[in-house]
Amino acid sequence: MMLTLGHFLTLGAMLFALSVIGIFLNRKNLIVLLMAIELMLLAVNTNFVAFSYYLGDMHGQIFVFFILTVAAAESAIGLAILVLLFRNKSSINVDELNTLKG
Amino acid sequence: MDAKTGLFYLFALVLLFAAFRVITARNPVHAALYLVLAFFQASALWILLKAEFLAITLVLVYVGAVMVLFLFVVMMLDINLDGVRKGFWKHFPLAASVGALIALQMAAVLMGGFRLSEEPKAALLAGEAATQYSNTKELGKLLYSEYLYPLEIAAVILLVAIIAAIALTLRERKDSKSQNPSEQVRVKSKDRVSLVKMKSAVVASPVASVVAPVAGEPKP
Repeated sequence: MMLTLGHFLTLGAMLFALSVIGIFLNRKNLIVLLMAIELMLLAVNTNFVAFSYYLGDMHGQIFVFFILTVAAAESAIGLAILVLLFRNKSSINVDELNTLKG
Repeated sequence: MDAKTGLFYLFALVLLFAAFRVITARNPVHAALYLVLAFFQASALWILLKAEFLAITLVLVYVGAVMVLFLFVVMMLDINLDGVRKGFWKHFPLAASVGALIALQMAAVLMGGFRLSEEPKAALLAGEAATQYSNTKELGKLLYSEYLYPLEIAAVILLVAIIAAIALTLRERKDSKSQNPSEQVRVKSKDRVSLVKMKSAVVASPVASVVAPVAGEPKP
């Protein structure tokens, strides 16, 4: 049995679905929410790399490169905001972030 | 089933297990460590797909930098674990149905569309057969020719991230003492010394000689 593109795409889909479930479950923990987003990006990147290999096109890997850059910037800023939030509210519960609700 | 397929199943199973533990781990530190495991498995999968440069970048950037940042933050914050876990399984039915929906839809599309593409394209395989083929070199050639402007935008995004992260978390301590160079340069001599005119007291007797009180403190 050869490895096909379907194998990798199925793995990516399962990983993505798992991280969506994680986002629903960890509503009270902002840190694990950020980790679930990282997992989602990982699933998408795996899809990109698999397409790049099976279609014989290097441009997919370039895309993964840029996604990695943006994801690193995103998690750095996200964690900075998280630290600031914890300093002000002493909590990282998403449900308590309703100051703008009025 | 060849060795490559076996390796794929091994890495995929460990990756899915690690991802499951990331979203269900009680302790955020454990979640971060399982995420490191997941990144390692994904990088092994990418090496199976002959994307060596990106696999090594994943380990260096994610495991070496981002996950260390995560661990720093997790250990710095004093999180109330019991409060965080309260009502954890409340949303599970909704979450499971949404997750199953996504998985089913993707499976339907994938089974229909990608069963046929069994083998990698011949062009890439021919290129890889050459002994001089280097994934890093090919990536670099594309990155510095066709994708030069996006690369520079990516660099600017990283700069913005650095400045934003520092500006968000920087705070001045109240008990720290520091010099203000611009004020030091702008100071005039009259700010430092002030001459105070005083009436000379008439001394009646040597016993009553009083030291004249200081009329005004010099300005700081």
